[in-house]
Amino acid sequence: MMADTATIQKLERLALQLRFDLLEMMGVGKAGHLGGSSSMAEIVACLYFHVMRYNPANPKDPERDRFLLSKGHCVLIQYAALVELGVIPREELKKAKTLDCCLQGHPDMDHTPGIEAVTGSLGMGLSIALGMALGLRLDGWRNRVYVVMGDGELSEGQIWEAAMAAAAYKADNITGIVDFNHIQATGPTKEILDIPNIAQKWKAFGWEVLEIDGHNIVQILRALEKAKNVVGKPAVIIAETVKGKGFSFAENNAAFHNGILTQDLYRQAFSELQAQRTALESRHAKEARS
Amino acid sequence: MTPHPNMRETYGLTLLELGRENRDVVALEADLGKSTRSVLFQEAFPDRYFQMGIAEQNMAATAAGLALVGKIPFIHSFAVFAAGRAFDQLRNTISIPSLKIRICGSSCGFSDFGDGKTHQSVEDIAIMRSLPNMTVLSPVDSIETIKMMKCLIDWPGPVYIRINRSDLPFLFPVDEPYHIGKIIKLCEGSDVALLAAGVMVSRSLEAAKLLAEKGVSARVFNLSTIKPMNREALIEAVIGVRAIVVSEEHNIVGGLGGAVLEALRAVPHAPVELIGIKDCFGISASNYDEILCRFGLTGPAIAGAAMDLLRVSRH
Repeated sequence: MMADTATIQKLERLALQLRFDLLEMMGVGKAGHLGGSSSMAEIVACLYFHVMRYNPANPKDPERDRFLLSKGHCVLIQYAALVELGVIPREELKKAKTLDCCLQGHPDMDHTPGIEAVTGSLGMGLSIALGMALGLRLDGWRNRVYVVMGDGELSEGQIWEAAMAAAAYKADNITGIVDFNHIQATGPTKEILDIPNIAQKWKAFGWEVLEIDGHNIVQILRALEKAKNVVGKPAVIIAETVKGKGFSFAENNAAFHNGILTQDLYRQAFSELQAQRTALESRHAKEARS
Repeated sequence: MTPHPNMRETYGLTLLELGRENRDVVALEADLGKSTRSVLFQEAFPDRYFQMGIAEQNMAATAAGLALVGKIPFIHSFAVFAAGRAFDQLRNTISIPSLKIRICGSSCGFSDFGDGKTHQSVEDIAIMRSLPNMTVLSPVDSIETIKMMKCLIDWPGPVYIRINRSDLPFLFPVDEPYHIGKIIKLCEGSDVALLAAGVMVSRSLEAAKLLAEKGVSARVFNLSTIKPMNREALIEAVIGVRAIVVSEEHNIVGGLGGAVLEALRAVPHAPVELIGIKDCFGISASNYDEILCRFGLTGPAIAGAAMDLLRVSRH
């Protein structure tokens, strides 16, 4: 099933809106994981607003698909999606990561509606996804479990323990996504600890591997659909992305892994997003005419 | 019916029974199932048994996922690995959200006497006790193991249960009702309180006999719930005595002794001595008694400590 133009345009607009929300949560003078959040905006938009079975009126619906953010420090982008769905009140955005706000620095299921687990200590999300997948399958549920990992996070040995086990258990109800943005906390992943041949590694561990441009809505939707139809083994999408995407000063810049926006940078970021919105609207208008 | 005297066998048999009673019970194993006796569950419920290979970290976090979709996972390894190898997973994925997961720390303490330091847990209680939301249990015998495990279906939050590899003497009064947090008096006495958990309860009873020969009357308590410590019952247990000896098959740093002293803070109480492993690792031995003797985990050592305290408290 190929998504129509209207759907693609909707998801492009939403991805941009998520970046606006992200900026609002970042605010001025607060540290936040801008880079790795914005690299996932299109992926998160596709999952929450098109692919996942998810009823925002009932975020605890047992029939929902599960979304787990193994790279939990980038939860701001998930909060953005949950705000747009109405699961989290919009007024929380400005209060993110302040005392008694429901938006914690890392995903915390007991604090935030729509959060499915506690993640953030890296390398654990895929294991949690596996447990959910095994439990759901045991009860005959057909829900899927989606889990997003970072490329730097792949240094954690537990990821590969889980990869091995998920393949051994033929957990074809898991879709893994690697947000391959090439930069981790203190520099380029290649320089910190090079992890070559990521796709081959997953293949060798028994996974179906799909490689895409992680900012291209059409490619993301196609890969998610393909992953869903893989039988007898789990699938992972290696999504090539740009850390800090959409914010020129933060793109490919490790300083904005967990950075602080000055008043000037905040204004710049806002006007850049506005320019992107204008460009997007005019492109969409052209697409509608043609 | 008399249970099997071997604690780990009883654990396996009871897990099997829980599996029969509740279909949400699932078991995960890190390739020690023949030792932990989770194999008994595997044979009966292969679909609900997940062999995770030698990967304790993945096992713990996978259990978190299973609990998040409504299962009651029991995870298994030797105590030293169950607590130590997967600490961060137990902390973040299980203890923070307070998930209903049961962690079986098998072959605890020195009960794996032959395998030496790497396989003997001297610190698992300290590790597990430090985690908010975690309940820490150490049954005294097979009778109590059964009663305790029957509470594990409904008890909220994560539980660590310390299981001995050996045959242990039956000490829990068969008809005595049990609940988590209960402090069980096994012997009445007026001069000394001997508090212990696990294998050290039998050593404390032995000490009480030795003390009686010297005209000292000792009461003995089984403190099988190490956390949450029943402070009220503990304070009452030690009222009126002139010496308190806490005995454990664990490092004296951070174990049962620490838990007792924390619970007795801010109330006047008799002087306390701790019998346990004196902040060192284990060693290979040819049998269980031999290693317990080597580390001073004996009835005479407990009795001696009580006598020493009495000498001090007389002044």
